[in-house]
Amino acid sequence: MAKRLDIKDLNLFYGKFHAVENVSLAVPPKNVTAFIGPSGCGKSTVLRSLNRMHEVAPGARVEGKVLLDGEDIYASTVDPVEVRRTIGMVFQRPNPFPTMSIRDNVVAGLRLSGVKDKKKLDEVAERSLRGANLWNEVKDRLDKPGGGLSGGQQQRLCIARAIAVQPDVLLMDEPCSALDPISTLAIEDLITELKKEYTIVIVTHNMQQAARVSDQTAFFNLLGVGQPGQLIEVDDTEKIFSNPGQKATEDYISGRFG
Amino acid sequence: MSTNLADPTRLATPPTFQSVSVSRRIKNGIATGLVWGAFLIAIIPLVWVLYTVIQRGFPVILDGDWWQKSMSGLLARQQGGGAYHAIYGTLVQGLVCAVISVPIGIMVAIYLVEYGGRSRLAKSTTFMVDILTGVPSIVAALFVYTVWITTFGLGRSALAVSIALVLLMVPVIVRTTEEMLKIVPDELREASYALGIPKWKTIVKIVIPTALSGILTGIMLALARVMGETAPVLVLAAYAPFINYNLFDGPMASLPLMMVNERNNPTQAGFERIWGAAITLVVLITLFNLLATVISRALAPKTK
Repeated sequence: MAKRLDIKDLNLFYGKFHAVENVSLAVPPKNVTAFIGPSGCGKSTVLRSLNRMHEVAPGARVEGKVLLDGEDIYASTVDPVEVRRTIGMVFQRPNPFPTMSIRDNVVAGLRLSGVKDKKKLDEVAERSLRGANLWNEVKDRLDKPGGGLSGGQQQRLCIARAIAVQPDVLLMDEPCSALDPISTLAIEDLITELKKEYTIVIVTHNMQQAARVSDQTAFFNLLGVGQPGQLIEVDDTEKIFSNPGQKATEDYISGRFG
Repeated sequence: MSTNLADPTRLATPPTFQSVSVSRRIKNGIATGLVWGAFLIAIIPLVWVLYTVIQRGFPVILDGDWWQKSMSGLLARQQGGGAYHAIYGTLVQGLVCAVISVPIGIMVAIYLVEYGGRSRLAKSTTFMVDILTGVPSIVAALFVYTVWITTFGLGRSALAVSIALVLLMVPVIVRTTEEMLKIVPDELREASYALGIPKWKTIVKIVIPTALSGILTGIMLALARVMGETAPVLVLAAYAPFINYNLFDGPMASLPLMMVNERNNPTQAGFERIWGAAITLVVLITLFNLLATVISRALAPKTK
């Protein structure tokens, strides 16, 4: 079940450092939202705050609200573990669990939450691997370690692992930055597939990628070193890349940045 | 430019690359000589010790009685008997020590790496573990003697030895486990959290299995070290030439203690027993190390 995310007046801190300032943004369901912007502008930090991964870093702090279908994930009664079960994440570098087989990697989320029924786990493993376009490549070696796959396959394995727990939203933090163009294409095709069922937010440094896969694009920027990052504008991807509302956005996407 | 293309050795321009200069060759020679020299100096005593132990001890342990009999009922100068009682003592004291130390050590390391962060408790724990690492075994033995025997009035026993060994083993296990947990990438922890797996389960099911082979090697090495400790057995357990299964009471032999005891025996029999006990200890520790290697190979993360 894809759900919508509403970010309201979000301020993010690392200790005393104000990393991101006053971000408000709506992410519609079954839609791909891309975050673009220069390094250090806080787009990954915002992404990590959407499933409460930001607070894992020591001293990290969040102000403001993130609503998942109207429910604040930062409400004091909400368990961050539950939030992360509902809002999945794929990371920059593929990170399969090295001690587990391909199959065990995919079902790790379910197995470690107490699902023991082997038949069900096998079903989920197959469905998720098919969903991540990896099934045909690995179906004969499900018991081999996940670390033996190529980088692109590992990243799709991580996507399979993330969708195996059937999240409502999928967050992707530069999922292709460590991959070659062919693997990147495979992941981008996959994102377009996944959009039918999931709400997706993707951080990317590759503007062509943002233009190719996303429906809506948010441009983040920072005014100077030590200043908090800001959301400059968010709009339909087509509009951002053809006729952006802000000069900073136009400079960035046309390469005249800084 | 009339360079003959068929002959690559004839170049119109001076070559870009020249042969290694004399001064670099000399420096390289000196450095190579020093490295080899250091290697030989380090290896000579090792080979020498091993050779002496094997040459003098090997004939002794070939006798089946050595592994099956104690020294019970034998006079000092009599040949025969065995080290069964001492092997039992060394193994049981080492294992009891490991059973106590391993959970404590691993849990302390988990606290330091996963929970402590830069808190004051974590810092002072690290500091104390560092100090404990440097405590000589005789100090640990005397400490246990003071608390266990002088203060609580309990008798000398194998258990007291094990407790003194715990003091020596815990810091080693904390240190190695800490290092192993630290090299588990944070990305794996984050991947696990992002699947909605709670922190404790992430540690138990993801972090520890990833680091397990290294942790196990550390445990085995620590065990090998404490099994050879002499001071605690000397202070905390009297020597018994017969087998004593009772951990809690009475004298119990161990291999280091048997060697110390037989040193007072000037006869040929005593001489043989010292070397026999020495090689037995070396063999036991080698077996533990081999076991550690085999297990950690089996547990190490694989890619194929």
